[in-house]
This record gives sequence, structure tokens and C-alpha cells, in this order.
Amino acid sequence: MLNYVIKRVGIAIPTMLILIILSFLLMHAAPGGPFTSDRPLPAQVLANIEAKYGLDQPLWRQMINYVWGVVTQFDFGPSFKYKDRTVNEIIAQGFPITLKYGFLSFIFAIGVGIPLGAIAAIRQNTWIDYLAVGVSIGAQVLPNFVMAPLLVIVFTLWLGWLPGGGWGGGSWEYLIMPVIALSTSYMASIARITRSSMLEVLNTNYIRTAKAKGLPTKTILLRHALKPSLLPVISYLGPAFVGLITGSVVIDIYFSTGGMGYFFVNSAMNRDYSVMMGITILVGFLTIMFSLVIDLLYAWVDPKIRY
Amino acid sequence: MSFLEVNNLNVEFDTADGKVRAVNNVNFSLEEGKTLAIVGESGSGKSQTVFAMMGLLAHNGTSVGSVKFDGNEILNLTGPELNLIRAEKMAMIFQDPMTSLNPYMRVSEQMAEVLTHHRGLSKSDAVKESVAMLDAVQIPEAKSRIRMYPHEFSGGMRQRVMIAMSLLCQPKLLIADEPTTALDVTVQAQIMKLLSDIQKEFGTAIILITHDLGVVAGNSDNTLVMYGGQVMEIGTTEQVYANPTHPYTQGLMSAVPRLDHDGTELTTIPGNPPNMMLLPEGCPFCPRCKFAKSECKTKVPELIFTGTSGSHYRACNVAVEELV
Amino acid sequence: MIVANKKKIHQMSDNLSESEFVQGRSLWADARRRFMGNKAATVSLYILVLIVLFSFIGPWFAVWTNEEIDWGAMGSAATQGMPSFATGHFFGTDDLGRDIYSRVIQGTQISLMIGVIGAAIAVVVGTLYGSISGYVGGRTDQIMMRIVDILMAIPFMFVLILMLVVFGRSIGMLFVGIGLLSWLDMSRIVRGQTLSLKNKEFIEAAQATGVSDFKIITRHIVPNLLGVVAVYATLLVPGMILAESFISFLGLGVQEPNTSWGALISEGAGTIRYDTEWQLLFPLAFFVVSLFCFYFIGDGLRDALDPKDR
Repeated sequence: MLNYVIKRVGIAIPTMLILIILSFLLMHAAPGGPFTSDRPLPAQVLANIEAKYGLDQPLWRQMINYVWGVVTQFDFGPSFKYKDRTVNEIIAQGFPITLKYGFLSFIFAIGVGIPLGAIAAIRQNTWIDYLAVGVSIGAQVLPNFVMAPLLVIVFTLWLGWLPGGGWGGGSWEYLIMPVIALSTSYMASIARITRSSMLEVLNTNYIRTAKAKGLPTKTILLRHALKPSLLPVISYLGPAFVGLITGSVVIDIYFSTGGMGYFFVNSAMNRDYSVMMGITILVGFLTIMFSLVIDLLYAWVDPKIRY
Repeated sequence: MSFLEVNNLNVEFDTADGKVRAVNNVNFSLEEGKTLAIVGESGSGKSQTVFAMMGLLAHNGTSVGSVKFDGNEILNLTGPELNLIRAEKMAMIFQDPMTSLNPYMRVSEQMAEVLTHHRGLSKSDAVKESVAMLDAVQIPEAKSRIRMYPHEFSGGMRQRVMIAMSLLCQPKLLIADEPTTALDVTVQAQIMKLLSDIQKEFGTAIILITHDLGVVAGNSDNTLVMYGGQVMEIGTTEQVYANPTHPYTQGLMSAVPRLDHDGTELTTIPGNPPNMMLLPEGCPFCPRCKFAKSECKTKVPELIFTGTSGSHYRACNVAVEELV
Repeated sequence: MIVANKKKIHQMSDNLSESEFVQGRSLWADARRRFMGNKAATVSLYILVLIVLFSFIGPWFAVWTNEEIDWGAMGSAATQGMPSFATGHFFGTDDLGRDIYSRVIQGTQISLMIGVIGAAIAVVVGTLYGSISGYVGGRTDQIMMRIVDILMAIPFMFVLILMLVVFGRSIGMLFVGIGLLSWLDMSRIVRGQTLSLKNKEFIEAAQATGVSDFKIITRHIVPNLLGVVAVYATLLVPGMILAESFISFLGLGVQEPNTSWGALISEGAGTIRYDTEWQLLFPLAFFVVSLFCFYFIGDGLRDALDPKDR
């Protein structure tokens, strides 16, 4: 098991480095930065950047400094746009918001998706199955940027129950629609994966043996069928995580919730490259960490992987 | 009244291509502590017969008829009712021990749950008894091995684990569905010896399903020959082997290569196994039978007494004397 | 000694050919029969064909082009721009007075094109990469797959947006970006298939009877790959459309005067507070229905080609 962990971490490190270096290089290729003289930046910003990056140094030196700064101090440097703010400060503004509704979306997707898929598999070909499959197929064609306006039409314009945007300090009525809009399509995918995986498991020889042992159905489902059924779901959680983070960009734009996504798009419009870089690297880091956790979880469930 | 009596058992499957009658009017009985071997080719219906008894048919299968076990009718009982009998009175081991054990659970968990559920034992007591059973089936170092996962055992050992697991509640009947087919020949012999030792020690009745006549010969009291879902011949193993009275059985016996015959050719049964979707109207063996009469095409032969001794029956439209 | 008897062997082969059998079906015919039996899949196929036809034939019925501005409706779309046959604005107008019917047609063309071409790129690159990796095996395979692992960990959407901002927005950039995103999954799948095919006995048998490597690849491996590739390709198209729509929704995708479903949905979504729901609902309807169809067809293909998955 330890070997496996070491291997996975071993891959994570070069991935992070590649990501950071790639970002750095892109930043240098960008028109309108201080590294080209297309568009001069405000004097104060320029001063900050020069101080941080030491622009008179050779490129490779600058790169090492940047990578070092990121890796040892999580320091993404000063903003390209705002003279008195660092990237870290900007990110710190949006991160807790994204974290809150992102986490809730994740819980929603798993908490609704898995039971939905499992019940559909257990009651295969009954109306419950058809309903569950129908709902999950329907939800899959409703990605976040589609769900968001639809929810607003129904709940804000027609019913007037929920506010159409804003964050309100994170209280629940501002959270409901973003969470549902963000998580619905992933909930649907999880339901479908759970269903087909459980169907496959229920048809295996070892479930037949469990039945032959005279175990009650509930025991068979929970003790014997559940863990193996969840394996494909666990694999899917990695891409789902990435999807949720990416989707949060749309949520921030449409619901004006003010999370990281908002700052990302904002900095895209303003050509604030260091902020874009910083957020991209942060997201990459989170993804890699999350994938590591997922891999460990998978190995915990599947004993064959461990040895 | 025998310990196990199966009468007029029929199993049908509802498939996309139509209805398939996998088991057609099967009758047999079994006494306590005895072994019945069910012999037949792949697709002859032997496995489906016992699946029907245990209530393990696939969703699209239906069974009709009667299965009386220890005086009670058990065919088509509901799941919860059957669960009182499974493992406790009637247990089953399967052909492929690798896929029949849950790869995601430790052996100790899979075995102990039988005892905790059926006998109400505590987890630690259940594991202790499971270790004892593993010892009985000759798994070395059972105490430490039991915490392992199935994929860490070899094929023969896995089958022993399955056998041990099935005996935990000391059932009166053990059904072994091709227990040695997936194993090497040397391991095969060990497993068969294990089964016969178990029978001697616990007095368990055994239904042994196989396509291997060699396995049957040394290990069973009675033999039932199946073809195309129907019983062709049934009797004590001695009778059936020494004096086969059905063309199919005769064909099977003569097809076995023997060291004491000096022949230059292997005998075969001409033709191919039947397509269960398109079974002929009469006797299923008719297309391949060299004694077939015209009535064999339309008349399904009934199981009748051969007249030679108390338990030897055959299902053939042609009289024994005419089979020369 | 056992001697093979020629007469016996002839007899055996005669028996084999004489025996009655249910009409043998080739794997493809079997699959097609199952697909056609899947009502959802076949209906989806027809609907999709209709939509494609619509994008070609629709312009003949259009009264307004996609760029013409109806000055009467401009700025007062809520009152003047509603869908009607009289004004010729079948789907209504947008805030600038442009005909949504024509815009939806244009969006359909562009979105479908991006979807199909993007999927095609992913299929070609992914299949090549995956089959080479799987067939060659060994160290090369390990390295190639490591690269895929590393690339998959990078948050592509962010990098894509980064690139779009840095290098400017263009359809070409869009293709590059989306293409880079999607071949990874396909290569993993193809590699897995190739690996399991490589070890199957029929490949061994072909090699043992002297079939050349090239013939093995073309006659045995590729046809067996086609099934899996077809299923995933069909599921890739909606993925492409989703990715492009997502980017266009953020304003970073297809630029004016071109438009796509994503861009139209974005515009429509922004104006729903002003009682102009048709601006959102028409492009949304096309988007949702098309995605539905692709998913059903993909599912139908998967069920048809691998029945035990049901």
C-alpha cells in the first residue's frame, strides 16, 4: 500500500511543476504584459512586478524564482492590474465562497446520485427504474449554464421565492440555486454509473453465492454489492471534481456569487495574467490532491490494487 | 418417502428469441447420506435443475413441478422462506471458485457471516468455527490465512474454502455444481476425496453435477443421465455403468477410451448437441440415435422401469432387447 | 494406435453442415437488430437527422437573414419582437432586432460542426495514440500513458481560457483547445481495448496460422475497436458541444457575427428578466433535444454492441 501511495505522489510532483512552468511561459508569451512592450502598464504596477520578478534577469532565472515562490510560499506575486493587491489577496477573497457552494454541490451530487442509481438497479425495469433513468438522462443534458437561467426563470421570475443572484454572506436562499445548477448534471452521471455498475455486480457469481448462503437481501446489497458497485463511481469523482470547479466559473458569472470563477473571468477580461496564472495553478493543485485522495479511496475498496 | 424427492420438474426461460425449455419433466430422489451424480453435456439442463431447487434461477426463468425436501415442498418458495433452508439444510458450491467468492471481502468475513446470520454466533466465535472448518478441509495455517482475500488463494484452495463455507451449518444436502471442472486433474482427485470424507464424517447427502464420467464412477451411489433437458437413464452407478440400457448412455460409455481395449479408432456419438431453442418433438436424442424408430420423432419417451433391479429406470421408446 | 479415418472425418463434416441451426448472425447484423429494437435510439436518430436537415433547408424558409436588423423591433424586443408568422420572425427577435430563426439555424450549423469535427479530431488522435501504445506495449506504453495521466490532471478549461485570452479568440483556437482536451479519454479506452485484444486467443491463432502483422491489425484488431470507438465517439460529440457552449456562454468562444447554441443561450439567459423568454427557449430547445438524441444513440450503440452491459 505504501508503495502505491509513493508512486501516486511521485507522479503528482512533476505534474505540478509542468503546470507551473507552463503557466509561467504562457504569461511571457502574452501580449500586453510587462514582458512585451505592447501596452505599458501603470507605473506602480510595473514597479511591483519588477521588484518581484527582477525583469533584468535571464528568463530561466525568473522562472526558477517564480516556481520557487509558488512552491515554498504559495506566493503568486502581485496583480498585473491592481497596484496595491497581490494575487493571493484576490484569490483569498473568492476561495471561501467557491469552497462553500462547491462542497455542497459535491455532497448533493453524491448524496442524491448514488441512492438514485442504486434504487434503479435494485428495482430494475419497474417504474422506479424508468423514472430514475429518465430523470438522470434529462439532467445530463442540463449543464450548469442551462440550469442556471432555467432555475432563475422558475424560482425568481415566476415564483419569486429565491433571489436571482448575489451571495448574501452565504445564507441558504442564495445557495440553493447555485448548488442545484452546478451539481445536477454530475448527479445524473453518478446515478447512471451507479445503476449500470450495480446491475453488473448483481449478476455476478459471487452475489449468487451470497444468495445461496441464505443471506437476506438487505445484507447482500449492503455488505456484498455496494462496495464493488461504487468502484466506477469513485473513478468518476476525479473528473466530476474538475467539472464542478470549472462549472463554478459559470455559476459565479451568472449568479454573481463572487467566487474564484468570477475573479478568473474578470482577470481574463482585464488581462491580469498573474491572477489567471495563480488561479489556474491553484485549481491544478486542488485537482491533483483530490485525485490522490480518490486513488487511495479506490485502493481501500479494491484489495487487488493494494498488493 | 425419500429425503429429497423431485417430481415433474420443468424449467423454462423467456428469452428474446422465444421460450426455452431447459429442464423437461425431471424426476429423481435421494436418500440421506447418499450421493447422486447428474451427468450430461453442457446445456443438458443439469445445472438449471439444481438452480431451480435452490431458487437461484435467472429473472426470466420459471419453474413448475414439485421438490420435496425433508417432507416439505420447497419449489417456488419466496426468498425469505428459502433463506431458512439455504446454507442450513441445503448448501451449494459452484463451478468457478474465483468468481464465486466475493473478491472484495476477506475470507473470514464471508465465512463468519453464515454463522452470525444463521446461528446467531458472535463475530469472534463465528471466525473461530470457520478456522476449524478450514482446518477440516486441510487449508494449511488456517488461522492466519483466513484473514486473506480470495485472490490470494490458489484455485484448489479456493474451492476448499467454498466447501468449508458451505458446511458451516452442517447442511443435510450439499449440491456440488461441477466442483472440479475448473481445476487441474490432481487437484480434482483431492477435492473429490475431500467430498467423500465429508460425507463419511457428517453424513451429508451430495448431488454431484458433472460431465466427467470418471469423476462419477468412484464417487457416487446413483447416477442420473440427462440429455436435452430430460432424464435419459437413472439407477445405481453400478447398474448404469455395468449395464447401460439407453442408447445415449451406451454411447457415452463406449466413448470413454479404455486401456484394456485394443482398438484403432475412438468411438463417438455422431451428430451435435441439441439446440435447446429448436428441440425436436419426440425424444431429444432421436436425431443422433442409431436405434431410432419412426415413433421416436414424435413420442417423448417416459421414464420406465427397466425390470432389471429396483431402481434402474430408462426413458426410451425402443425396448432394451432391441438395442443390439 | 489411433489412426484418423478419412471417411469418418468426411462423415463428421457432413453431419455438421446437415444439422439444423438457427440462422447464424454476424456480429454486426446482431448489433444492428438490437439497435433498431431500441426505440429511444432509433427515434433519436430520426430526430437528429431532422435537425441536420433543418440546418440545411431552414434558410430557404427564412424571411430575414441572420445579420439583418429589424429596426422596428430593435430595443423593444419584448413588445415588437415576439415570435409570429406575420412578421416573418418565426422564433422572434433578439434585443438588436436580429431574427432568431436564422440565428438558431446558424448556431445549429456551427455547434454541430464543432461537435462533429472536434469529436473526429479526438477520435483520430486518441485512437492512433491509444492503439500504438497498447500494441507496442512495454516501456513505450508506460511512458505514453504516464503522459496522458499528467495531461489529464491539468485543469484544461482554465488553461484553454488562458490561451484564448493570450492568443486571441478564434474558431481555430477553439478547435485546438477542445481537441487537446478530449483525445485523452479516447486514447485510454482504445489502449485498454487493444491490450485485451492483443492477448485474445484468436490473435494467437491468427499468428500461429501465419497471418501477417498488418493483416492482423486491419482484419482483427481494428474491426473489434470500431465498436468501442463508435460508442465513445457518439458520446464525445455532445461533450464537444457542451465544452464549446460553455466557453461561448462566458463570451470567449465563437465571436460575432458567428454564433453558436452556447452564445445564443448566453444572450437569451441574460435577457430573461425582460420578458423575452423565446430568446432563451428556442436555442435551448435545439441544444437540449440534440444532446438527448446523441446520448440515446450512444447508449443504444453501447447496448447493441455489448449486450451484457444492460
